[in-house]
Amino acid sequence: MIQFILNGQPESSAAPLTVRDLLERRGLAGKRVAVERNGEIVPRARHAEVPIADGDRLEIVVAVGGG
Amino acid sequence: MNDSLVIAGKAYRSRLLVGTGKYKDFDETRAAIDASGAEIVTVAIRRTNIGQNPGEPNLLDVLPPERFTILPNTAGCYTADDAVRTLRLARELLDGHALVKLEVLGDPKSLFPNMPETLKAAETLVRDGFDVMVYCADDPIQAKMLEEIGCVAVMPLASLIGSGMGILNPWNLRLIIDNAKVPVLVDAGVGTASDAAIAMELGCDGVLMNTAIAAAGKPVLMAGAMKKAVEAGREAFLAGRMPRKFYSADPSSPTQGLIGS
Repeated sequence: MIQFILNGQPESSAAPLTVRDLLERRGLAGKRVAVERNGEIVPRARHAEVPIADGDRLEIVVAVGGG
Repeated sequence: MNDSLVIAGKAYRSRLLVGTGKYKDFDETRAAIDASGAEIVTVAIRRTNIGQNPGEPNLLDVLPPERFTILPNTAGCYTADDAVRTLRLARELLDGHALVKLEVLGDPKSLFPNMPETLKAAETLVRDGFDVMVYCADDPIQAKMLEEIGCVAVMPLASLIGSGMGILNPWNLRLIIDNAKVPVLVDAGVGTASDAAIAMELGCDGVLMNTAIAAAGKPVLMAGAMKKAVEAGREAFLAGRMPRKFYSADPSSPTQGLIGS
């Protein structure tokens, strides 16, 4: 069991997963989003190879209206 | 007349930059931006709403980065670290895009900039290869410091963000403009078209606004008014206004040849 924090909320997964798997689970694969893992950017090209480890802190962001 | 605004080596025809917040929906956002003629549009960076309707439209589908220059901001950041993290995420989101709007706030009530944190974040971002347009206090000394750090534009407030109070200290803006070698844009405080014209008549290189359009009774109509005001103010600045003649009237019509003389 992996436990991690996603956008400030606790999450868990029974099976190992990559950033790409997480995005797919959330319906965000292929969308215009950016991912940060433990304060470091995970480039889009590496989503499929970067694993999520126990205790990770992840942020997934989008562009929204703002000034 | 070829009078483009050049920021970080790129020329823009429009000197009006607009935000994308506070609109009723994406249709109104896009209609207002089209009416404004703006080429540079700001966006904010926020967490996805995990688990909520992944099919909902994305702002970047409404404002495609191929058509508009997207200017991600750091609105809501109160530390240099948060601002830098936000803009690194923005750069990833926008495929390596370097032009950003830095703002580090000092106080949620006034949204006045925290200048020490702003200067710190600017140094980090410039070193990291970003082209930084920076929201700042209308302080000529700190505006110059930001320019010397390498910011590509300085953007003093004219009055508080979202206040619509207009150009409260034209003399400070003039001091900043007269000292600057990079573009100076008024960011924040414009309330109506005459405010935008005044900013441009002072010699500002551009104006950035959001609420003045989005919170107008008819946002699309106001967007068109702002476009004209910025153009009119720019042309008046380039033309050079007549000198002010206090206590001395001067008729425009001939004083000779009056009937009955």
